[in-house]
Amino acid sequence: MLTPTTEQDVAEMVRGANGSLTVRGGGTRSLETGAGEVISAAGMSGVTLYEPGALTIVAQAGTPVSEIEAVLAAENQRLPFEPPRMGPLLGRSGESTIGGVVAANASGPRRVQVGACRDSLIGVRFVDGHGDIIKNGGRVMKNVTGYDLVKLMCGAQGALGVLTEVSFKVVPGVAVETTLSLEVEDAAGAVAAMSAALGSPFEVSGAAWSEGRVLLRLEGFADSVAYRVEELQAILAPFGAVSVSEGAASSDIWKAVRDVASFVDQPGDIWRISVRPSHAPGVVAALQPQQVMLDWGGGLIWARVPEGQDVRTALAGVSGHATRVKGAAGPLRPVDAPGVAALTAGLRAQFDPRGLFSGALVTELS
Amino acid sequence: MEMPKPDSLVMSKKAALVARLLDVLPRDAVIEDEAETRAYECDALTAYRCPPLCAVLPATTQEVSEVLKICHAMDVPVVPRGSGTSLAGGALPTADCVILGVAKMNDVLEVSYEDRLIRVQTGRTNLSVTGAVEADGFFYAPDPSSQLACAIAGNIAMNSGGAHCLKYGVTTNNLLGVTLVQMDGTIVEIGGGHMDASGLDLLGVICGSEGQLGVVTEATLRILPKPEGARPVLIGFDDNEVAGACVADIIKAGILPVAIEFMDRLCIETTEKFAKAGYPDCHALLIVEVEGSDAEIDAQLAQIMQIAATHDPVEMRQAQNATESAAIWLGRKSAFGAIGQISDYMCLDGTIPVSELPFVLRRIGELSKEYGLAVGNVFHAGDGNMHPLILFDANKPGDLELCEAFGAEILKLCVDVGGCLTGEHGVGIEKRDLMGHQFAPVDMEAQMRVKDVFDPKWLLNPAKVFPLETSAARRA
Repeated sequence: MLTPTTEQDVAEMVRGANGSLTVRGGGTRSLETGAGEVISAAGMSGVTLYEPGALTIVAQAGTPVSEIEAVLAAENQRLPFEPPRMGPLLGRSGESTIGGVVAANASGPRRVQVGACRDSLIGVRFVDGHGDIIKNGGRVMKNVTGYDLVKLMCGAQGALGVLTEVSFKVVPGVAVETTLSLEVEDAAGAVAAMSAALGSPFEVSGAAWSEGRVLLRLEGFADSVAYRVEELQAILAPFGAVSVSEGAASSDIWKAVRDVASFVDQPGDIWRISVRPSHAPGVVAALQPQQVMLDWGGGLIWARVPEGQDVRTALAGVSGHATRVKGAAGPLRPVDAPGVAALTAGLRAQFDPRGLFSGALVTELS
Repeated sequence: MEMPKPDSLVMSKKAALVARLLDVLPRDAVIEDEAETRAYECDALTAYRCPPLCAVLPATTQEVSEVLKICHAMDVPVVPRGSGTSLAGGALPTADCVILGVAKMNDVLEVSYEDRLIRVQTGRTNLSVTGAVEADGFFYAPDPSSQLACAIAGNIAMNSGGAHCLKYGVTTNNLLGVTLVQMDGTIVEIGGGHMDASGLDLLGVICGSEGQLGVVTEATLRILPKPEGARPVLIGFDDNEVAGACVADIIKAGILPVAIEFMDRLCIETTEKFAKAGYPDCHALLIVEVEGSDAEIDAQLAQIMQIAATHDPVEMRQAQNATESAAIWLGRKSAFGAIGQISDYMCLDGTIPVSELPFVLRRIGELSKEYGLAVGNVFHAGDGNMHPLILFDANKPGDLELCEAFGAEILKLCVDVGGCLTGEHGVGIEKRDLMGHQFAPVDMEAQMRVKDVFDPKWLLNPAKVFPLETSAARRA
């Protein structure tokens, strides 16, 4: 394993590499088992700049997410997109790193309100396959100077290079949070209830359907949340009886949704499916999964199905994609449409002409 | 500002090119007469003008594809154009190019409130996207000040922002999918109604690529439920730095206003003369707007005013209703127009870390004296996106050049304190030659490699974004 401690180290190691490299942060979320030599970001750790008054933080890629969250919490701020921890679901130990979160564009329930990881990420430094140290974006939250390689690197799974430093815009923490929940039997009813809530002006910051209950989160100052709870209850009345969870009870609910906790240690294959919310009920009906959870108002489906069942057939005619994150036959990534695949291949050839990172972002992982 | 010499070989092919374009487009969609191509000679950066070889106005994605295939085969550069409101020269033609305007494509293709999205053709104007959904209580969030005229195509090309992006983000944060036509005519669907990419985030790099990667003909945009209400408070200060400190304190207190706007003395005075908004006589003022129910707004504004009170404000004026809100916004919204009444001006767009605001404002003041040109400052203070307006006299020989040199110094200053050249207007030609101040050669090389993939012949809007000498080998 290569263990660089500076980006110059990374650059030298990439230039000197004569076989495949697999980039690793904490090793908690990658689907790839790794080809060739592992290059670990763990030695590049620490918050390098934090300005609470400017709502920005910069950290080295190997910094544990928990460390960043603690630094922010001390100033009552937070990462907007509540990065999920995938370790328990995927059966990995280890500490999730911020670089790994960025490489996976890992985004939790607040995706519906404030966007994904890529929407909060404002700058990157990375070493590409040429061994060049590249910077893009920066530490200001509005920046259209040149092409946005920040977004391109976010979610690239290490296919274009090794992230060494990442910058985020952050948001103020909230005074209180409350979750409204109601029993809803099927996905169609759940999406209808979630769409009604998300289409209201009451700033819902989480909308999920788990274990037969629709869950809706409100956050903010106490009086404001109290008011919106009341308004939202009126909107939800046609969908069933609403119960209210506050404080830690509410945050526990969303931590479980974020980390797909109800699927941990369950038998079968686990799929992550991204679709339009309104298409979710049809997909769920076609799949008949053993267990299902909806997040992002229905836009994200977690489905547990019998070993070997290929859920992609249920996506015919639907915009979106499906990934088998865990299965008896290994993970499986979506196949891109030809036009997108051609552009993707072109970009990979440009950023990684020697194919050092060709083990990343591969379709068939088994 | 230098532009590449027009290619005489391309110019000599005009008749053949027009004939081929007429094979795929109706007569009125091909503009070749010199009197008419003049309508496309510039965008909102009017100091630079050059009529194109011809202009085309396709009506469908298929027609765009046919046009691009022809230009690709004949090696003719293409400059895409939305509504021509770019302040950076993003749609400035060269004499050997075809202007491809999307103005005829302005239909709404789909609205889904359940999925909170709208799909439009990209010639549609920004404001009319909101117009299509506002009766049902929704809106499209990015709100550049040209929103009445600017097209979604241009918004995507420049990743446009607006006054409300502190809360809602810029175009890229509100874009779910595009139909992209590549220079060789290939039509690619990227993204859609779902919320993340299956592989590389191509959508992310297309947005803000200034029309250099492809022509976006259709877009899926996120729409949001309209807030119950919104009202601002106006706070006047005797000192720019104190106003800046107040902004930092508001943010640190955990309040996230939907907008924090700043105006300095020159802008306040000039605006008062023309718009008569009744602003207080002071050195700096903030307009801080929050959203929610009446009670929520009152509570947040009270909290903001409590913070402001610790900074010795000259005056605080809380809007109690829509009329008072409009009065507070009147001056800010008239600022550019008011300055335009008294002088020619150049509008800059650098972004800085908010903490550097006092230093940068002071330094701009010093530079203003050195150059002998007045500067007004109006900007989005919450996110550090500055809009210094440099006043100059276009009829005075050398004044434009002096103004540009001054502007370049301000933008370099923005970069030097940890910011960037442009926050929401784009690079275009205006900031093109300053890119080397923000980026090392390898950084620009990495960006140009992206264009190599999408447009290997470098025919799409080729003379923009990258310094000419940096892109010379690729454009050759």
